[in-house]
Amino acid sequence: MKVVIDAERCQGHGRCFLAAPGIFGFDDLGNGVVLGDGTLNDETLELARLAQSNCPEHAISIEE
Amino acid sequence: MTIKPPVDDFATDWDHADPQWVSDPYPIWDDLRERCPVAHTERYGGGWFPATHAGVSAIANDTENFTSRTVIIGNGRPDEDALPSPIGVAPPISSDPPFHKIARRLILPAFAPGPVNALEPRIRELCVSLLDRMAGQAVVNGGSDYAQYVPAAVISRMLGFPEADEDLFREFVHIVIGGIDHPLEQRIEEFQPVEDYFTKQIEDHQANPRDDLTSYLLNVELGGEKLAIEHVFGTMVLVLIAGIDTTWSALGASLWHLAGNPDDLARLVNEPDLMPLAIEEFLRFYAPVTMARLVKHDMEYLGCPMKEYDWILLGFPAANRDPAVFADADKFIIDRQENRHLAFGLGIHRCAGSNLARLELRIAIEEFIKRYPRFELADPGAVTWAPGQIRGPRNLPIRILD
Repeated sequence: MKVVIDAERCQGHGRCFLAAPGIFGFDDLGNGVVLGDGTLNDETLELARLAQSNCPEHAISIEE
Repeated sequence: MTIKPPVDDFATDWDHADPQWVSDPYPIWDDLRERCPVAHTERYGGGWFPATHAGVSAIANDTENFTSRTVIIGNGRPDEDALPSPIGVAPPISSDPPFHKIARRLILPAFAPGPVNALEPRIRELCVSLLDRMAGQAVVNGGSDYAQYVPAAVISRMLGFPEADEDLFREFVHIVIGGIDHPLEQRIEEFQPVEDYFTKQIEDHQANPRDDLTSYLLNVELGGEKLAIEHVFGTMVLVLIAGIDTTWSALGASLWHLAGNPDDLARLVNEPDLMPLAIEEFLRFYAPVTMARLVKHDMEYLGCPMKEYDWILLGFPAANRDPAVFADADKFIIDRQENRHLAFGLGIHRCAGSNLARLELRIAIEEFIKRYPRFELADPGAVTWAPGQIRGPRNLPIRILD
């Protein structure tokens, strides 16, 4: 499974990298970015879901 | 100031300066959400207030039908001649696409997590020194002695203004935000000292460039050219207005909550790891900011007959209490896990300073409860809330307990 940020939707609220700093980072404008290739294991999946459920713009998706 | 008749029904006559709305707006919004999700008023020249998360989201994301050329509701209905250009007076908050994106990209790097997080030690030092200044008092004013100082000092230092001017700086915030009921001519007159001060600071920075936001704005280039002075000036005004009253309100409301809810205070003191979740819940529950839009053209929208230049008041704090989106929306849950709050807005105008606001809020609360693990409201009836579009406690007497 992989986590993806839709850069068109992301407005830089910063909720993803606050909730799951190991999975998400930020660019120089403060928009969220996925660190690495976004592949998730059981542990990181839970954190990615937490970030997803806190993104006000619904910009995070988790692909099977 | 004109004496206005009291509001009888907020569904047809809302007024965000009405004493009932100012002191406790939540029951009003709950009621509107149930029976009239988009309220109307003839006040201020006519406008609409969506009370649901869905309504607020739809309008915040719709720059085709709504403009940000004015984001603070004025005394009357705007007309084309009185409106600022599409760049707006305070880019990018008052700008529409496509210029908005250009103006926003200019300032975002200064407020991205990297440079903002680097301010942490200075903000912490500032909070500690404010607490030192209050030491020994049985009752402290969480509003005017603490919450107010933190963002004023941070913003004026970011802009590179003299530390000695911080009191003056807070006065400007009152002038710009406080006079929503004043006639335009009076507002222009009131604004003059702010304009004079900023002009002086710009001139000083032109003569002596240094490493701060003012010098950054004066030197940054857009398409090979430096920004027009009006653009620099407008952005500085924006940072002043948007950076102080807002954070001060959120911090004051958080302290007010902790003073009245000893269980939450004890949990936060005993479980510091809860702080990030608690901060988001403070922001959801006490979101201080509502922002205005203007309707661009006559249309039927959300079932309402909207007219060109009707006001829209975007109730982000009302959206944050919508039970359609938040479980137990009317309950403050200090460790709420899922929290898609709109305290910083939604869409292209997401608060550019949100990383800074969150950092200030966290450090200021951490240091306050570290110094004072137990406190209560000294006189709940004496607490006053700021009217207008930024809502937070102004007079906040807090009794320190042993």
